[in-house]
Amino acid sequence: MIEARGLSKRFHDKKRGEIRAVDNVSFRCEPGRIYGLLGANGAGKTTTLRILATILEPTDGTALICGHDVVEEPEKVRANVGFLSTATALYPRLTAQELVEYFGRLNGLDEATLKKRLDDIFSRLDMNGFRDRRCDKLSTGMKQKTSIARTLVHDPPVMIFDEPTLGLDIMTARTITTFIRECRDRGKTVIFSTHIMSEVEKLCDVIGIIHDGKLLTEGTLGQLRERYAEQDLEEIFVKVVSPLQSRVEV
Amino acid sequence: MNLNAVGIVYRKEFTEWVRDRRTLISTVLVPLFLFPLMMVGFSALAVVMVGKAEKETPKIMILGGEDSPQLIASIKKLDALEIVPYAANWKDEISNKDIRAAVEIPKGFEKSLETGQSETVKIYFYDGEMKSSFGANRLEKFLKDYRDTVVKDRLAAKNLPASVLSPFSIKQENVAPPEKVSGATFGSFIGYTVIILCMTGAMYPAIDLTAGEKERGTMETILSSPISRMDLVLGKFLLVFSASLATAILSVISMGTSFAILGRTNLMNSSGGQTLALNLGLLSVVSVFVMAVPLAFLFSAVLMTIALFAKSYKEAQSYLTPMTFLIVIPAVASVMPGVELTPKLALIPILNTSLVCKEIITGTYHWNSIALIFASTCVYAGAALFLAFKTFQRESVLFRS
Repeated sequence: MIEARGLSKRFHDKKRGEIRAVDNVSFRCEPGRIYGLLGANGAGKTTTLRILATILEPTDGTALICGHDVVEEPEKVRANVGFLSTATALYPRLTAQELVEYFGRLNGLDEATLKKRLDDIFSRLDMNGFRDRRCDKLSTGMKQKTSIARTLVHDPPVMIFDEPTLGLDIMTARTITTFIRECRDRGKTVIFSTHIMSEVEKLCDVIGIIHDGKLLTEGTLGQLRERYAEQDLEEIFVKVVSPLQSRVEV
Repeated sequence: MNLNAVGIVYRKEFTEWVRDRRTLISTVLVPLFLFPLMMVGFSALAVVMVGKAEKETPKIMILGGEDSPQLIASIKKLDALEIVPYAANWKDEISNKDIRAAVEIPKGFEKSLETGQSETVKIYFYDGEMKSSFGANRLEKFLKDYRDTVVKDRLAAKNLPASVLSPFSIKQENVAPPEKVSGATFGSFIGYTVIILCMTGAMYPAIDLTAGEKERGTMETILSSPISRMDLVLGKFLLVFSASLATAILSVISMGTSFAILGRTNLMNSSGGQTLALNLGLLSVVSVFVMAVPLAFLFSAVLMTIALFAKSYKEAQSYLTPMTFLIVIPAVASVMPGVELTPKLALIPILNTSLVCKEIITGTYHWNSIALIFASTCVYAGAALFLAFKTFQRESVLFRS
């Protein structure tokens, strides 16, 4: 379970002054459901997810992950979270197995559990063929599988995906989207950010549209279609983020 | 603090460190082979070059001396010199290294000798050119011997003993033990080298584990794991610290071996130079290491903190290069003559360690100063590590864009 309560994040920039990257954002993600955070570049998706993963600290507000406060108990929060984004790269000089083992140990797994978990994940993701290969020698698809294995090794109840398919080819992107669905099917709470409409339509149970750091609307795809009297998600998105502009166009 | 987590980070960083070719070069190969190459290699090369130059029979030109046949005949008899015919452009010939030197015999030289009049014989050579100097030296030696013979003949003619010219002799004699003598010569050099290598050993891993992580995109990966930032910094710091100490240890082993080889083969002696017999006692070696430990600690923490500000490996290098000068200046200051350890200087980091290393190697142990330097460097090192912890908490540094 993820519960964001009035999350805000302000940055100070010498040239631009104060920037409100996230502005009073509240939402709730339930176990066994995928929450899609949809927004353009710079809308505040990454900052929101980084706050949930406790990589950044909120300026105001807080969030609870499995009952743990992101400000008060960041380490307990991280132990319950698997965080995957295109920015979470792999250690090039470690093998795929060493990398996953490293994160398993950091998550406090004992050696016997770690070995069992590793064998299970590597078989499930079909990684045994390259488990002893160094990460800098892996293909993009292999790297993504290794990243997935890293996020899964401690079997976290909450998964956070920050634009996980950005820049990936179709086949590798499919591996990721399949994995996200599997997470939901296993009862995990999943939050997923993207600016690709088709991914949201295919994957998300609940959609939140974020713009200029503000969560402008949220609901299921059906609810959004009804609310904005549009079938196409792209049209809904445009109506939400720039209502004046869309009226002029009409 | 979770020591188990610190250990996990350290082991992982160590694995990556030993697999990196650049690390192997900067931490292992450079300290291990730089000194033997510099000291033994260059010394051997110098000996070979000097030997080759000494074996050469220098070409010499005689200017004038037509009215001094005896002197000319004596010079021509010398096997160690090859006399070439006179040429008007003799200066150019020396400059072009066609001949090595020229000797100018003044007009009426032998006649002046008979009448007791003093004349000046000039030797022309190419200053700074080794083979020319050898030629000039041989000429000078011959002329000095010739002059001594003339003096002896004059004394004998007047029935005076040769000792009349030297009623007493003067001799300087060293009373300091050999290790102190060699320590005074090389002490500052060793301290300086250990300090510089402590820094260079820490520099590469400090960059790799901070700016390198940012550049590769692994910083966000590790920050999303449940390890606390403090444990993460400590694990990384311990690796940088280990690298710094490893470089220092390897360099001292390498230096010791180089000095031993030089001492055994007596390379420097064979060229008439000073014997490089550096006998470092176990106590002084251990003491230098003990003093280097807090300094390596300080370097590791400071370099990590600075490198963390950079977004890329290159940027970190541009930050840390000026740091090298900041470290080199106090280290070099200790080598300068007349700079001695005082209570005030004992509080200046780097300079204090360099000065105390110099004293330790000469066998002098001022325990109060040693304790003060050790304690003050530990305080600076602790402050630097605290700063590293604080910097790792700053989002503006970790996610600088």
